[in-house]
Amino acid sequence: MRLRMPFARRRELPSHLWTQCPDCAEMLFNKQLVRNMNVCPKCEHHFKIGARERIELLADKGTFEERDADLTSGDPLSFVDSKPYRERIEAARIKSGATDAVITGTAAVGGVPVELAVMDFDFIGGSMGSVVGEKITRAAERALARRAPLVVVSASGGARMQEGTLALMQMAKILSAVSRLGDAGIPYISVLTDPTTGGVLASFASLGDVVLAEPKAYIGFSGARVTDQTIGERLPAGFQRAEFVLEHGFIDQVVPRAQLKERIAFFLAALRPKPVDLGWGL
Amino acid sequence: MRDPLAALREIATLGGRSPSEGNGHLVAGDELITDTAALGSARISAWEAVKLARELHRPHSIEIIERVFTRFQEMHGDRLFRDDPAIVGGIAELAGRPVVVVGQQKGASTEENIQRNFGMPHPEGYRKAIRLYRLAERFQLPLVTLIDTPGAFPGPEAEERGQAEAIAKSIEVMTGLRTPIVAVVLGEGGSGGALALGVADVVLSLQNAIYSVISPEGAAAILWRTAGEAERAARSLRLAGPDLLELRIVDGLIPEPPAGAHTDHDRTAANIKAAIAPQLERLARKATAELLAERYERFRRIGVVVEPAGEPVAPRRPWWKKVLGR
Ligand SMILES: [Zn+2]
Repeated sequence: MRLRMPFARRRELPSHLWTQCPDCAEMLFNKQLVRNMNVCPKCEHHFKIGARERIELLADKGTFEERDADLTSGDPLSFVDSKPYRERIEAARIKSGATDAVITGTAAVGGVPVELAVMDFDFIGGSMGSVVGEKITRAAERALARRAPLVVVSASGGARMQEGTLALMQMAKILSAVSRLGDAGIPYISVLTDPTTGGVLASFASLGDVVLAEPKAYIGFSGARVTDQTIGERLPAGFQRAEFVLEHGFIDQVVPRAQLKERIAFFLAALRPKPVDLGWGL
Repeated sequence: MRDPLAALREIATLGGRSPSEGNGHLVAGDELITDTAALGSARISAWEAVKLARELHRPHSIEIIERVFTRFQEMHGDRLFRDDPAIVGGIAELAGRPVVVVGQQKGASTEENIQRNFGMPHPEGYRKAIRLYRLAERFQLPLVTLIDTPGAFPGPEAEERGQAEAIAKSIEVMTGLRTPIVAVVLGEGGSGGALALGVADVVLSLQNAIYSVISPEGAAAILWRTAGEAERAARSLRLAGPDLLELRIVDGLIPEPPAGAHTDHDRTAANIKAAIAPQLERLARKATAELLAERYERFRRIGVVVEPAGEPVAPRRPWWKKVLGR
């Protein structure tokens, strides 16, 4: 059994023993919450989880091998807002234990070898800069090279402002690689978790052969606040939640966390990479 | 502020992937600015560029299309929902040869802006664009895109109809489109809504246009908690034409008349025509496989990452995770 950290990494965990569910206000014993995959047993509220915890839930035991772990961000714009970008990255590293907002590597899911990329919202809001772009692109390129499916779990506020237009261009870079998977008949499964927004949603996250989402995950192109301010009208109930996006036809299923792995495994088993055509006319 | 090129070079020598090999692929004459040193004192501040890029009387897509091309026939609708007036497109001729042209359309008056939704497309606008991209591919016509939008429309109906999916699809289709593409940033290149028209073999920008991940006002509101810092945000985001050239996001700048494009639409259009015609001619000679490989590489190399040479370093874990054996 794993222990909870004495000081929690999630803002939703005010005490080291108990957590109040933000949805139903139930006081939950942390050990019980972890055993339940960080889902409230009473109301099914899905707490945010970090990339490493997510990999543990999805990859077959002991199969995950991290790649490109040593890629780190440059500071191409010498960006300074309330603090310099370099300091912001350093702080995020300490907070999340990751080197940037995505962890990538090879793994098996339900016995199927895959390239796996999992975003971490704890690292500057899961924002996509050059490192995220480079790591996911490399994962897609490895998937193409060894004809293995690509599975990407998104959790992101969008493109990283501190890298300016370079961050924006990562959308095109990743999609260039992902698009080649489609041409080669290699499956790509996209999983949207709370929250998936902005440039991540408006690029690779929306275009899986299969798109799954966790219950009530916030999924939207522009933040509800932006929409609210721009339009000045009241938004429909459940606006930009996974169930709303499902109803409007942009995702295949809303899948509770407890069933996510088996569901991904189902699609991986059904959608096999197209065999290479050797051109022998057989 | 430090010279970004110096920063890029420094990172490249750290053993990381070189961010860019420059614009070696682009053969340009006098019609393009490919070195910011050539701008000299004509290089204006980021905020001045923001104001010029948004100037109400700046030439917008239709004004440019009418002057650069001949016999433009507009084509309407996405065949799924409706015609989005914020994106215009169709077939026109350049030097007697047909091309497909698609652009975002702002208005030159408040009334026209309301009709054009201030150049902010809905999903159906992007789906119309995708339809025209496919048309270009099917009939082997080159594609010219014109970028001029504050961003994709952020309203609830746009969300309901899949704004994110429409933009993503538009980007994806461009990455693999089997015909030459030249994109020109005319005014405002607002985030993903602009990039949906921006994946091209050659990406050019008018000298005083801007292209950014977020509006300066938006960045200021988030990073400095006040929209009043927009000027500072504009500077930090490095969104003006010369910055984009230095960061290799655009391949060349198209000169504007001295007081800005809004002062002389004819001259601006003539400059755009002089800039894109030789590029289309050059791209037309390439085999499709080569074109697609170079387009992939063009976007593949954008970004700055530091990758230590030699043995990969394990990610550092916080001490408390080590203590707890996690
Ligand atoms: Zn609950």
